[in-house]
Amino acid sequence: MNQIPVKDVTPKKKPTVDQYQPNSKIYVRAITGFFQKLRTISLWGLMIGYFALPFINWNGHQAVWFDLPTRQFHIFGTTFWPQDFMLLSWLLIICAFGLFTITTLAGRVWCGYTCPQTAWTFLFMWVEEKIEGNRNQRIKLDKAPSSANKVTKKAAKHVIWIFIAFATAVAFVGYFYPIRELLPDMAQFEVSSGWAIFWLGFFTLATYGNAGWMREQVCIYMCPYARFQAVMFDQDTLIVSYDEARGERGSGRGARKKGVDPVEAEIGDCIDCNLCVQVCPTGIDIRDGLQYECIGCALCIDACDSIMDKMDYDRGLIRYTNEHALKGKEVHILRPKLVGYALVLILMIGAFGYTLVDRTPMELDIIRDRGSLYTNSSDGRVQNNYTIKIMNMAQEPHHFTVTVSGLDNSELKGKTNVQLKNGEIGTLTMSLLATPWELKKSRTDLQFSVTRDDGLTLTEESRFIGPAGR
Amino acid sequence: MSELTTFWHLWVCAIVIGSMIACGILLSLTKRGQKHDQETDQTTGHAFDGIEELDNPLPKWWLGMFWATIVFGFVYIGIYGIGDWTGFSDWSSRGQWQKEVDATEEKVAPYFAKLTAMPIEELALSNTQHAELRQQIDGMEEGDAKKALKANFDLRKSAMSTGGRLFASNCSVCHGSTASGSLGFPNLTDQDWLYGGKPEQIRETLLNGRNGAMPANGLKPDMTDQDRADLATYVISLTPNRTDKGNGDAEKGSALYAQACAACHGADAKGNIAVGAPNLTDNIWLYGGSQKQIEFTIKHGRAGVMPPWKEFLGEDKIHVLSAYVYSLSKNKEAE
Repeated sequence: MNQIPVKDVTPKKKPTVDQYQPNSKIYVRAITGFFQKLRTISLWGLMIGYFALPFINWNGHQAVWFDLPTRQFHIFGTTFWPQDFMLLSWLLIICAFGLFTITTLAGRVWCGYTCPQTAWTFLFMWVEEKIEGNRNQRIKLDKAPSSANKVTKKAAKHVIWIFIAFATAVAFVGYFYPIRELLPDMAQFEVSSGWAIFWLGFFTLATYGNAGWMREQVCIYMCPYARFQAVMFDQDTLIVSYDEARGERGSGRGARKKGVDPVEAEIGDCIDCNLCVQVCPTGIDIRDGLQYECIGCALCIDACDSIMDKMDYDRGLIRYTNEHALKGKEVHILRPKLVGYALVLILMIGAFGYTLVDRTPMELDIIRDRGSLYTNSSDGRVQNNYTIKIMNMAQEPHHFTVTVSGLDNSELKGKTNVQLKNGEIGTLTMSLLATPWELKKSRTDLQFSVTRDDGLTLTEESRFIGPAGR
Repeated sequence: MSELTTFWHLWVCAIVIGSMIACGILLSLTKRGQKHDQETDQTTGHAFDGIEELDNPLPKWWLGMFWATIVFGFVYIGIYGIGDWTGFSDWSSRGQWQKEVDATEEKVAPYFAKLTAMPIEELALSNTQHAELRQQIDGMEEGDAKKALKANFDLRKSAMSTGGRLFASNCSVCHGSTASGSLGFPNLTDQDWLYGGKPEQIRETLLNGRNGAMPANGLKPDMTDQDRADLATYVISLTPNRTDKGNGDAEKGSALYAQACAACHGADAKGNIAVGAPNLTDNIWLYGGSQKQIEFTIKHGRAGVMPPWKEFLGEDKIHVLSAYVYSLSKNKEAE
């Protein structure tokens, strides 16, 4: 009987686990190398940016300040209002397409190099290493019976962790509660907002818990991105991969004497030192192939390269590559999916940029009196009344003037200009008067325009109603 | 305060408490004869395409939640009441609303205290005054005098925007958002006042309302159509600079006027603010100034009603609103 060739997809070394089985702690070994350097620069840069940004001032206010009570979102020279919420949706869609594009092209670089979970875990591990020593010392310390030394080290670590977590929370709240007021208010125990206190506590706990205790479990069990990024992968996506053909040559991986040529001895290039497993922050063995736990941090590449150098083998037993290259097939970088994502991304950024530039920082509302269709003024003219609301959405005070067009020989009566502070809404009431026999229609469309002192103009439609035209 | 009649009160109580008890009975009935936390191999007897429905009891915790909701229901009724009974906390939506209103009133009280401390005339700030005062302040040297004037200006400006909002939500429905009125509703931006335009008179109008009543045919019940035409013609002739003439006999109208109208509108037809009789010698017509409209007014009389606002707005708000209305007529016509 002919058997259909089937690919063995049984998970390797992954027996079904009890969902409630406690996770064994991962002791991550520190490693140096090209990719770790790259991560160091990117992660430190992002963290410093996060802590420094609230302290930057712009035009007399905090440069990035999400003022929730007044619903004004200041980002450098621009203030966004709830009316601009559309922009936020566009921004989030752009971010999503950015993620799609980069993931299709280069795999989970977001996870490995920029994700806050990665950044803070990296920071917490760095502290851990400084206090408790390297991987072996940490394992020993955890196994050792309780002692003054152990308690001191553990306590110091947690105190520093909580301090970092608290600083993170302060910076976070500082984006919403001006940080230059928050710090002195905190020092005097006079933080005026209950929500600020709540979020300080929440983010301290969340940061401490996520970066100190949860770590890789966040990526493996909690993070939705981790799971749906897999959908964007194809065989040309850049992944961190073990070169199985090279590593498992002949009788496979294993220890050997120095100076043995693996090709001649018909053994794999992998010496089974297990270093790639020890440096992995999610505790997987990259030699088992592509796994959903892999955050693409490339630390195993650094680890393996250092061993290859020692063994005098070529680097790249574990390397950034893709499935097509590994199978010796043709690699297509510019594939329709990637080009499609990139095009959509560029279009979105273009549309977003245009909306942003085209945005007028004011708003105009015309409300026609609804009490009666029209009234007759004492001089016999037809009169319509309008309530005009102007909102100054800019960061500085401005003077606004209202004009109307669309009805010839009409007179606009009432106060037509107003000086408004930043964020102020001005209400003007005015009447438009027209001679009845000059009205051609019972309903005439009008354009009300409001002009800012620097010439910026916004126009809104309204209408004039009079007796039926003759 | 009783919101429901006895019947509806009992009706609500019976339905609500009856339903809750019925739910409890249903729960006890369905659990009877079943052992918990044990899977039975009995089926309900439904079978479709080989799929059968097992007849297992509800899990204990699940059943417990049903009981808990019933207990919660009784606790809720105990706190918030049912039907007409306001519960042990004496809660009512009206009471909650009143609490919020009181809290707001308390919050704005100091602001209104500042405004009511100023007489209406001083509080009012017309657009013309606004521009003049602004110019005056800008031209002043820095110092205490400028500061004081600026504070006065800012307070009045704020009072006018408060008054403007009160006007927009309470008065503009009839008088229009520009206060220019319409047929039957007086224009508040001109110098013509039915009941007087002094601050105190405006305040009185707002507080207690006005009832303008013009009897049909004035004091001469046996007026004929021709009489009304003559009278209207005479009234039209009182308006200076009016080009159209009525189609009746103004001289006959004059005699009729003395007989039927002069008691209220005055012999000189300048009106009388004591009874709200309009001045007939200007070109301001509350109910229209054409021959036809005047004849109609004479024939059927007019009853204009300004409702009293004392109960609804309170004296503090009316003080500010009076200042706003007063300011409307103080604009220079040059605008």
